[in-house]
Amino acid sequence: MGARSFGAVALAVVVAGLAVTRVLDNQYYYFAGYVVLQYVVLATAWNILGGYTGYVNFGTPAFFALGAYTAVVLIQSLKAPLAIQLVAGAIISGLLGLALGYLTLRLRGVFFSIATLALAVVLQTMFINWEYTGGARGITLVRPASAPLFGNYVQFLFVVMLGLAVLAVATAWWIERSWIGRGLTAIRDNEEAAECMGVPTLRLKLVATTVSGVLMGLAGAPFPYYVTFVEPTSVFDLNYAVNSLAMPMIGGSTTWIGPVIGAVLLGTAQQIATVTISSALNLLLVGLILVAFVILAPEGIVGLVQRLARRSGERTRRSGV
Amino acid sequence: MSAEAFLDVQGVTKRFGGFQALSAVSLQVRQGERFGLIGPNGSGKTTLINCISGTLRTDGGRIVFADQDITTLPAHRRTRLGIARSFQIPKPFTSMTVLQNLMIPIEYAGRGHRDGVVDEAMGILGLMGLAAKAHVPSAALTQIEMRKLELARAMAARPRLLVSDEAMAGLSSTEVDDILAILFELNQRGITIVMIEHIMRAVMRFSERIAVLDAGEKIAEGGPDEILADKRVEKAYLGE
Repeated sequence: MGARSFGAVALAVVVAGLAVTRVLDNQYYYFAGYVVLQYVVLATAWNILGGYTGYVNFGTPAFFALGAYTAVVLIQSLKAPLAIQLVAGAIISGLLGLALGYLTLRLRGVFFSIATLALAVVLQTMFINWEYTGGARGITLVRPASAPLFGNYVQFLFVVMLGLAVLAVATAWWIERSWIGRGLTAIRDNEEAAECMGVPTLRLKLVATTVSGVLMGLAGAPFPYYVTFVEPTSVFDLNYAVNSLAMPMIGGSTTWIGPVIGAVLLGTAQQIATVTISSALNLLLVGLILVAFVILAPEGIVGLVQRLARRSGERTRRSGV
Repeated sequence: MSAEAFLDVQGVTKRFGGFQALSAVSLQVRQGERFGLIGPNGSGKTTLINCISGTLRTDGGRIVFADQDITTLPAHRRTRLGIARSFQIPKPFTSMTVLQNLMIPIEYAGRGHRDGVVDEAMGILGLMGLAAKAHVPSAALTQIEMRKLELARAMAARPRLLVSDEAMAGLSSTEVDDILAILFELNQRGITIVMIEHIMRAVMRFSERIAVLDAGEKIAEGGPDEILADKRVEKAYLGE
């Protein structure tokens, strides 16, 4: 997809989202839509490091929660507006990504993944013991009653998350096409060879962890106003780690559209399962779908579609002869 | 001697835990030279190459390339200075086509002109006899094609010094001749070549000078005939 058509689609998505807020009144759809879009951001962010670069991060909750708690601190101390919360959440989580990169990127493969898992546990313990942000009990926040132009604040948050989703996907789209993306792919394919072919592997991996951290922090920052109650167990939920990994795997991890497809399909399925069956079923659902995909279509939906397209192309050619 | 050395390895030492992989190895390679590096399995050849290309840090000694001390430079910086290597076990970028494999060093090490990069890559593939495979996924290549891709990709970094790590292991004798012809051709174009090889026929024919490693030490250095006549070399390979 060229830059112009990508821009047109992105614009159309935002306009459609705005139009929806003019017609649709049922608040539930905004709550549900927000969660799906939040997963578009998280899955896309995860994929920059996990899909493009090949470093599997189990620490999504750490980045997400740090974004959320940054917002909590800013609300508590300064009553800062949402825009400030977003910028600060992005910066703090980005710095965490950079630090994680520096400390752990010399670790390869599974050792890196274990370190990211530990990061989430350490941060969670920290926030459980920090009284200012409510400690283990959690903290209740008062959402602004209304937002300018939108009236309803939840609709406003929905549009904000839509904007963040477009930003995240555009970032991934750009990286994929740039020299950075080609370098990241070389690292994923063979890191030693990449380094010997002139790719500054450490620097590029730091770019990946930082950008991924920034986007995850952005996804977390509006969360306090969305739920109005933040506690460690909910923002450090295993759901974020599993979903942000499973969605790109199911959608296809080598291209920007994969995480989007995965997040929209799986996120929507989870929302439907939550209201029709039970919220506890979500992870089971994700687990089963993930197992099925790993076995039957390891390259995700995008890879499956490409494979089928190639096969039908060959068949047409053969029947043409 | 070191004044005219293009690559000057000075007393390089490398340990892995308690194992002394290299003990104070020194050697000089002149510009434009065809230099052979031989030795029995486990003698430290690949370790030395890794120290020269930068994938391993040395525990002692200095490495000077084109009058610049590169001892502590990361590998990608050395590649940009003009040291490129091929790997003993081919390490292609498996998700890319053959052509895309070459684009990585052209883009990252080839001092950045975006124009004409595809032509440059196709030129190299032509020289290696891989032009017809340009758009094939690199994972689908045969063994000899993989070896050629290793050399082609190293060439795409526009090296002044090419280190070829056992590019011919496991190939048939006509295939060995193929690779040798390519290396001679590259040398003709002014590229200094260090060849690590087990196939004696190839090293002896190719190299102007040869260094022999045994158990991490350099035990001999000289022209092919001197090396063949050297008693210590014979002992290293055949025992008492």
